[in-house]
Amino acid sequence: MVKIFRFLFDRDTWQEVFGSLKKNTLRSVLTMVGVWWGILLLIGLLGSARGIENNFNVLFEDFATNSVFIGGGRTSMPFKGYEEGRPIILRLDDAKKVEENVEGVEFVVPRNMGNSKMSRKTFSGTFNITGDFPLLNVVAKPDLTLGRFINQRDIDERRKVIVISEDVYKQLFEKDEDPIGELVTVSNTSFTVIGVFKVVNFGGPQLDGHMPFTTFQQLYNRGDRIGWMMVTGKPEYDINQIDADVKLLLKNLKKVHPNDNRAFFGFNLGDQFSQFTGFLKGMQFLTWFVGLATLIAGVFAIGGILLITVKERTKEIGIRRALGATPIMIKKQIIVESVTLSLVAGFIGIITGGLILMWFNQSMLDSEEPFMRNPSVPIGIVFFALLIVVVLGTLIGLIPANKATSVKPIDALREE
Amino acid sequence: MLEIRDLHKSYPIGDSHLHVLKGIDLSVEDGEMVAIMGSSGSGKSTLLNIIGMLDHADSGEYILDGLPIKDLTEKKAALYRNKFLGFIFQSFNLINYKNALENVALPLYYQGMKRKERQEKALFHLGKVGLTDWAHHLPKELSGGQNQRVAIARALAANPKLLLADEPTGALDMNTSYEIMEFIQQLNDEGKTILMVTHEDDIAHMCKRIVRLRDGVIMEDTKIDQVRAKKHV
Repeated sequence: MVKIFRFLFDRDTWQEVFGSLKKNTLRSVLTMVGVWWGILLLIGLLGSARGIENNFNVLFEDFATNSVFIGGGRTSMPFKGYEEGRPIILRLDDAKKVEENVEGVEFVVPRNMGNSKMSRKTFSGTFNITGDFPLLNVVAKPDLTLGRFINQRDIDERRKVIVISEDVYKQLFEKDEDPIGELVTVSNTSFTVIGVFKVVNFGGPQLDGHMPFTTFQQLYNRGDRIGWMMVTGKPEYDINQIDADVKLLLKNLKKVHPNDNRAFFGFNLGDQFSQFTGFLKGMQFLTWFVGLATLIAGVFAIGGILLITVKERTKEIGIRRALGATPIMIKKQIIVESVTLSLVAGFIGIITGGLILMWFNQSMLDSEEPFMRNPSVPIGIVFFALLIVVVLGTLIGLIPANKATSVKPIDALREE
Repeated sequence: MLEIRDLHKSYPIGDSHLHVLKGIDLSVEDGEMVAIMGSSGSGKSTLLNIIGMLDHADSGEYILDGLPIKDLTEKKAALYRNKFLGFIFQSFNLINYKNALENVALPLYYQGMKRKERQEKALFHLGKVGLTDWAHHLPKELSGGQNQRVAIARALAANPKLLLADEPTGALDMNTSYEIMEFIQQLNDEGKTILMVTHEDDIAHMCKRIVRLRDGVIMEDTKIDQVRAKKHV
């Protein structure tokens, strides 16, 4: 071991190695392209995959991902004397029953949504407005850029307050105008703006404003009907089981055939989420596969070219042996050449891969709708890739190294 | 210095064997300068290669400076070559991407000598062959005669007991050949034992003893009066 270190830290070793690599610069460079490309792909793809994942995580950061949305639809089967096609209407006490009876439920948030005309001064537009409880702030935290969200007093006092989206703000207000405390008209009633939120869209209709649930009830005369409820599971429970349990309970309550799949509409966010994370996992796996395969191919290319080089250098090796180089010395030199080529190529790959990720990052920061955030590769993975390069470089270097010493020095010297 | 008894060597050629050396007996004393002559195929190069431990005999004894040379592993052969022998080849066999100094220092590198010491020693030997000013030139920047002088300096660098030369003047014109022979004679004057394969009579007569080979046996082994190369230059 000590001997190996002394060999590796000997200036002469490197002079020999670089001497023979420099002798044919073009060949050395071409040899390295394979490994460089492998590392570049690995770093670039892994970094991009991570960037997409980071972005995704930030989007869902304030969102309880183990949740389902359940609303009433129409029955598609006759049951217990009811005909098919009956509309199912969910009410506040259904939400309460779900919360009380289904195991593993953490929160149940009833919501209503309506299409309303909203106007201010000369500006106006039609927007999707929801009636919400403050609890929404816990399970699907809107990204507030200004002001606050609905609180319990808003609910209790049925205050006419509204949290608007940035889109609405842009349409109803002048640039740089402070909207907080300003009045807007929603369905002919004046509301005070209390907050502005950033729209985060992951499918479904875009939401433009939140008002207190109770205010919404009164304004649109909804009574205790609800549009849908958002059910969040406790982390240790399976959201698919909760989804099934909630639907079963509701089917019982509403006298719906157990096999009627159209009586309730639902959106299982947990399911979607795990599908997407699965997709990301698959992408990472693919990246590893492609990157490593390219890396291996690159190292093999180095081995192949070194093999040709060794054949060309038969005579030189013969001379060295006549002068007293032992087979081990020759082998060591060729393996070090192989590892050096691999490592240098690997380092260049890491640097160029890093530069590409930096460029991605910059263009994402400049872009309106970034789909990546902080694309990066953990340093451990970089070292792991380098380790693979070194190990493979050593192993593949063994082939030309053995070839170099398999020729008898006398035959090597005769070679022209 | 060198003792060879009943040395045999044959090479397989297809199904049969080519018997190249058929019982060689040769003894060389310290400070001798021996020319091995013979037509091509007489076995002279094979004999030199066996003496140089680049090849091994099928049977017979070979004792170098009291050390029996047999059953050598590649590693041991390399160590012995490095320690005991200096080689001079017809085609110089310098490493083309190394300069004169680095070429001369190479045997010392394989001896494990420290860099500084190695460089000093190599420079000293380059000086002995009159190439101090050319130390940092590559072989392609030197003439044939200069290259062979670099090769001689390299052969001397490790201070070997025995210098083996395989047609050292074979690739050189007459004047340069005599120049090289002058160097080799000087080395012999200083006490180095030299064994040289040649097929040129004038070169052979610059040695002190001529051994003639034919068909793998020694035909003639005579001591001669050395012709000094200096006269011809």
